[in-house]
Amino acid sequence: MSSFNISSSFKEARRVAIFGGTHGNEMSGVTLVNLWVKNGAEIQRKGVETKPFITNPKAVEKCTRYVDTDLNRAFSPENLSAPRGDNQPYEVQRAQEINRIFGPKGSPDAYDVIFDLHNTTSNMGCTLILESSKDQFNLQMMNYIKKAISPSSCLVLLNEHPLLKYSTSRSIAKHPVGLEVGPQPQGVLRSNIFEAMRVILKHALDFIELFNEGMEFPSCTVEVFRVLERIDYPRDANGNIIAMVHPNLQDCDWEPLNPGDPMFQTFDGKTIRFQGSGTVYPTFINEAAYYEKQQAFVTTRRESLVASSIRKV
Amino acid sequence: MEHASFSPVSRVAICGGTHGNEMTGMYVVREMQRQKADQTGSVSITTVISNPLAVDACRRYTETDLNRCFTKALLSSPITDSTPYEVRRAQEIDVLLGPKGSQQAVDLLCDLHNTTANMGMCLIFYSLDWLTLHIYKYIESKMTSAPVRAILLNISKSEAYSLESVGKHGFAIEVGPQPNGVVRADIFNMAKEAVDRTIEWLHEFNSGSTFEEGEVEAYTVVKSVDYPRDPTTSEITAAIHPELQDNDFKLLQQGDPIFLSFSGETVKYEGEDLYPLFINECAYYEKKIAFHLAKKITQTLPSISVKKD
Repeated sequence: MSSFNISSSFKEARRVAIFGGTHGNEMSGVTLVNLWVKNGAEIQRKGVETKPFITNPKAVEKCTRYVDTDLNRAFSPENLSAPRGDNQPYEVQRAQEINRIFGPKGSPDAYDVIFDLHNTTSNMGCTLILESSKDQFNLQMMNYIKKAISPSSCLVLLNEHPLLKYSTSRSIAKHPVGLEVGPQPQGVLRSNIFEAMRVILKHALDFIELFNEGMEFPSCTVEVFRVLERIDYPRDANGNIIAMVHPNLQDCDWEPLNPGDPMFQTFDGKTIRFQGSGTVYPTFINEAAYYEKQQAFVTTRRESLVASSIRKV
Repeated sequence: MEHASFSPVSRVAICGGTHGNEMTGMYVVREMQRQKADQTGSVSITTVISNPLAVDACRRYTETDLNRCFTKALLSSPITDSTPYEVRRAQEIDVLLGPKGSQQAVDLLCDLHNTTANMGMCLIFYSLDWLTLHIYKYIESKMTSAPVRAILLNISKSEAYSLESVGKHGFAIEVGPQPNGVVRADIFNMAKEAVDRTIEWLHEFNSGSTFEEGEVEAYTVVKSVDYPRDPTTSEITAAIHPELQDNDFKLLQQGDPIFLSFSGETVKYEGEDLYPLFINECAYYEKKIAFHLAKKITQTLPSISVKKD
């Protein structure tokens, strides 16, 4: 019998940030952070400094995803170590500034936890995005959140893919947590989506408070969806898309996609089928911002990760 | 009602991308161009991407809303260096498909739009026109899998500001819900069918068929309601209430919840029974509209047919 007596200990999580407006047209995060900047009572927890922060104010003002370049791809080592200068794209300057305030990335001074609030046009429901399968603290937090909001569902997307992984704003922190809630159109605020995100954050902060007070979280299994590959739209020689996500796949995030299932529909009505070798679980289906990133959806596979028990040092 | 006759509708314009982030119309036009659908029987079809710069940037507009630039005043205003792109473009379109109000204008202009509101398939008429209302009646009878609704705005010819007013006859096809920047297959298929049915009707009309007198239900917009706002900053302080969200065309009555504030209070509707539409349309935040309210009316249509020489 395998034993799960490996235990991890972490220092208390004292410095926590909540990022909104990393994409300026994803309204739940923008609205929540603006609310909490005015009155942060709701996000206060004993012994934790929780800082709400608008990461991309110019994009928020224009209600656009980004001004020059995607902020949520801008936290690469090259960008962060590049010399400061006004000639840098706005978001690269922002990334450097954010790295100064909440980082430096990879150093002991970096913030303990950063929650980065996002919306998607995809029918993903509530999703937590995990960047490392080895982050026991995050795995335990996500397990806590999932149990706390049950029977409502909150799924975990693991993006550890060496090529598809990207340099997110939250990656500055020791424990980066992405919150992705959809479906919501860009520029629109839906009450149910807003309140769902608010509830997830409440539980996340409760977890941190309990952890800091000394609670031990026993070993647990967490179901995750691991990113496998990005599937683009069929395109013509000029790069224009020649088909749309098929009606049978549209809105079916997290449902099994089997070889032979309809995947795309051309503009003149023909069906293009999925040619994979096995069943996958697609997500980020028809996300508005990903047309330019050559992505109609990503495929994932289901995995169970074991989190060791954790307690504070 | 007295029978009405109209000249043949032989020149049609199908326009998409009037708002550059409303993707359905743009792809319908592109597909029609790819299929080289420019002459079918008695009808010659011109397809136009109305706002190509906005389409390239995937934004509603670059400087000003193109679909408000077709007033007589703006169409005749002198072009200077400071003239917004969309005003120039409106004048270009007026040359291509108009001039508005003249004999050379296209017979019918059909403008394709999307909304983030849960409105399904709607046809929008800016004025009472028996011909286009008969097209609506036909489409509504043929597209039976979901409701097709008529929205009647009452804008006089002299005040008309939108693209379809360039044609001798015109209407907008508005389909939702679809986020900006996204093309959904189900929405595309609906819009494409509506365009195909329109052309089908025109062939019948041009060939001499009589379309019988009848009745259609339509929604006439009475007023708009803005979001609750902070009096000092004018920032929005509430979201559309979950019980109103997605319930376009469901009768709203006194006491029904309409907003849920960020601090948890419910704001209730006060007023006469009306039908809400364009609930939570993205582009209307800046126009200070959370939703429109409309009356439902029954409009009688006379029988119509083509004028015989």
